[in-house]
Amino acid sequence: MMTGTIVEIGGTPVLLRVEDGAIQEVINQRYAAYLTTKPSAEPFELTVTLAPDGVGFQGNQPRVEWREGRWSFEHSDSQAEWLPASGRGWVRQSATFPQGIDSVLRVLHSILLAPKGGCLLHAASAVRNGRAFVFTGVSGAGKSTMAGLAPPDATLLTDEISCIRPVNGGYRAFGTPFVGDLDKAGENISAPIAALYLLAKGPENKIEPLSRNQTIRILMRNTLFFAKDPKLAEALFETACGIAAQVPAYRLIFTPTPDVWKMIG
Amino acid sequence: MNMYIARSRSIAARALDGEMIIMSTSDSMLFTLNEVATEIWLAADGRTPLSQIVQNKVCAKFETGPEAAYADAEGLCRRLAQHGILLISDQPIESAR
Repeated sequence: MMTGTIVEIGGTPVLLRVEDGAIQEVINQRYAAYLTTKPSAEPFELTVTLAPDGVGFQGNQPRVEWREGRWSFEHSDSQAEWLPASGRGWVRQSATFPQGIDSVLRVLHSILLAPKGGCLLHAASAVRNGRAFVFTGVSGAGKSTMAGLAPPDATLLTDEISCIRPVNGGYRAFGTPFVGDLDKAGENISAPIAALYLLAKGPENKIEPLSRNQTIRILMRNTLFFAKDPKLAEALFETACGIAAQVPAYRLIFTPTPDVWKMIG
Repeated sequence: MNMYIARSRSIAARALDGEMIIMSTSDSMLFTLNEVATEIWLAADGRTPLSQIVQNKVCAKFETGPEAAYADAEGLCRRLAQHGILLISDQPIESAR
């Protein structure tokens, strides 16, 4: 029997129709804080099935293509296709790696957010005093470290992938279930972004302002962007320009001690 | 021989703090143009010869001699064309209209 579960991340609900108990269990655990029965909009619908035994998928890196009105996706653990016009698609999932659905959701959300002026960003983020602080950087820059050092009055939105989109003329960061080294899903809340930080580890804690030009480059470098698609690239560029125009950005050089958070908020 | 220049359609661009930041939508590469290069970029309509652009937009605004300015501008245009964000031709470029 096929069951349905709605996972809503950053105001984008996705109905996952699942036939396999193991995958359903992964969804229930991994996205527990993001399950809803009252989505904020009509959900995008994905039917998730297990691949037959022996069927393998290609690619160490996700391959995403736009062709004839549909997106196709393939990675080592899953294969998917969806039609934006119909709001539906399917996922074929490896039986040996049921959590691979996570890759599909990351790609799907990055593509669904783009035309809305939003993005998924390689960044940790946290809310403090009602304002969100976003910490971006390449792998190893210290995203999970910053998240792990957060004081008790900070609420973690994610230690790995931040969801950012415009709301009422400003930009908000939303919690996501996409985990990094902390292996802990973010809280399902959102807040207006007060600042964006480019992380770099160094001998002392120091904050340096970044120009808007630098901020755009940093955002483009760290945005999840799987598809070589001109329209999508243009949408993400506009998003980066919009964020850079509104959100103050800094280079945050830090030593991995809790003291760094004295400079945040 | 005249050189004509036109902005590619496969780009997205935004003026920021006196500079122009340009993205090639084919490969997402980013380019930042300084003030002088931005003047040339904005005037690249496919119809105005580069020599006239240099005279009107560069020499008139910035203290530079026409020969050196033209040589710099030509080099810039050829580099931008190599990245596919600017079209160059020895004839007016109709597709830019």
